[in-house]
Amino acid sequence: MTLQRTPLYAAHERLGARLVEFGGWEMPVQYTSIMDEHQAVRTAGGLFDISHMGEVWVTGAEAANFLNATLTNNVAKLVPGQAQYSLLCNERGGVVDDLYLYCVGKETFLLIINASRIEADMEWLRARHAVFAKRDAVLMSNVSAEYGAVAVQGPRVAEFIDQMFPATGTIKAARPTQLLKNEVDLFNFGGRDAFVARTGYTGEDGFEIVTSAENIEAVWNRLLEVGQPFGLKPAGLGARDTLRTEACLPLYGHELDETTTPIEAGLGFFVALDKGDFTGRSVLAEQKTNGVSRKCVAFKMTEKSAPPRPHYPIWSAGPDAKKIGEAASGTQSPSLNIGIGLGYVPTEFAQPETPIEIEIRGRRSPAVIVRKPIYKRKPEQT
Amino acid sequence: MSTQIPADLKYAKSHEWSRIVGDIATVGITDHAQHELTDIVFVEFPAVGSVVKAGEACAVVESVKTASDIYAPLSGEIVEVNKSVTDNPALVNTEPDTGGWFFKLKLSAPAEAAQLLSADQYRQQIGG
Repeated sequence: MTLQRTPLYAAHERLGARLVEFGGWEMPVQYTSIMDEHQAVRTAGGLFDISHMGEVWVTGAEAANFLNATLTNNVAKLVPGQAQYSLLCNERGGVVDDLYLYCVGKETFLLIINASRIEADMEWLRARHAVFAKRDAVLMSNVSAEYGAVAVQGPRVAEFIDQMFPATGTIKAARPTQLLKNEVDLFNFGGRDAFVARTGYTGEDGFEIVTSAENIEAVWNRLLEVGQPFGLKPAGLGARDTLRTEACLPLYGHELDETTTPIEAGLGFFVALDKGDFTGRSVLAEQKTNGVSRKCVAFKMTEKSAPPRPHYPIWSAGPDAKKIGEAASGTQSPSLNIGIGLGYVPTEFAQPETPIEIEIRGRRSPAVIVRKPIYKRKPEQT
Repeated sequence: MSTQIPADLKYAKSHEWSRIVGDIATVGITDHAQHELTDIVFVEFPAVGSVVKAGEACAVVESVKTASDIYAPLSGEIVEVNKSVTDNPALVNTEPDTGGWFFKLKLSAPAEAAQLLSADQYRQQIGG
């Protein structure tokens, strides 16, 4: 299979990026070093290409009702200019994808979905659409190939982001820095539409910008230019993974898949049982009431060891130690300088402070369940 | 970018260098290898006293992203490992062919050294 390239491929090559395969895409894993890029995001700013992610328009008089019957979170709560994290589940409550929903207008929604899930999502959305009573009043359109996107993340990003967009947005009449977390507005950049959402995947303050594929390189270049005095650096998927693991944000294919429910994953906050029926509701309601047998936990190594990696076995500690699960994600935490990870364990082992062991190349090293997130930005940063 | 390939070292195709003095070889990984591996966060050495064969995986180096095997370039007994690297694995990135050495081998078959590459041959292999 030939790898797909984003509209920023040439920009990555010029910056000397190291490129790797990720979900069928040829993406930059790093430009200089994962550690440097991670620290740039934690202390100043990092710029990520997320053009591989998918975009789907859902529009029409019944769009909100269709989305509310299909996604787990409550779409009815949204007003134009708000964005919402949500999950697309199958009828067993398993996660088909996790996504962001932008409410652009009362009848106009943009879904931001995972690159590796575009086809699966479209197939499932079409199947749900086909059985939705008022389907004639809902239009769906996969525009993933027509859009590019970047994430600009870090504590200093708010100091320069407004320079990108001299005029206010057309949904909320806001400047980017006036947007609250999970708000989105529509700006003009280079004569074209650019959605700017105060969202991200790093645990830092920041923005995600979605614009036409032809426009994204100009956005990228301009961001590097206005962000440079504030320490903004291009950052690759390597840092994106260490940052999101520290922030305990799930990655589809690791913490989430079609056999895992949002309740097991610890995402119950994004499952609105009080909004009426939706796909997967009966299973999720049962799990919220009666509890789940396994949970996604965060853990930290307690001694110097090799970093945990995905699929490493998790053992209980103590004399009757047994294998209780496996790591879904794992890495060396650049912020804490110790191995960290996420994984599924039986509920009785899921409490913070529970000692566990991680099997690394046949030897078990001590670790402990910790509260999520593993890393939280300092409160004085907005 | 200029890769360091000191002329007084011998090189294995698998990117380890050996500095041979008498029947003791000091072994590390090359500047090229550390650059490919990126930020090194952990190194696991063989036990002192263990016997290794040329070509055998005997150490593991972990970057943020991945774990990679390190192969013994020559046969012999491990007589010392570099504790400075255990404490500060980033030494492998900053001083790959000096302070970032991995272990010392007491050679059991010194003639094997003839199989290793010269600096020029190694430069050719990595296309440097």
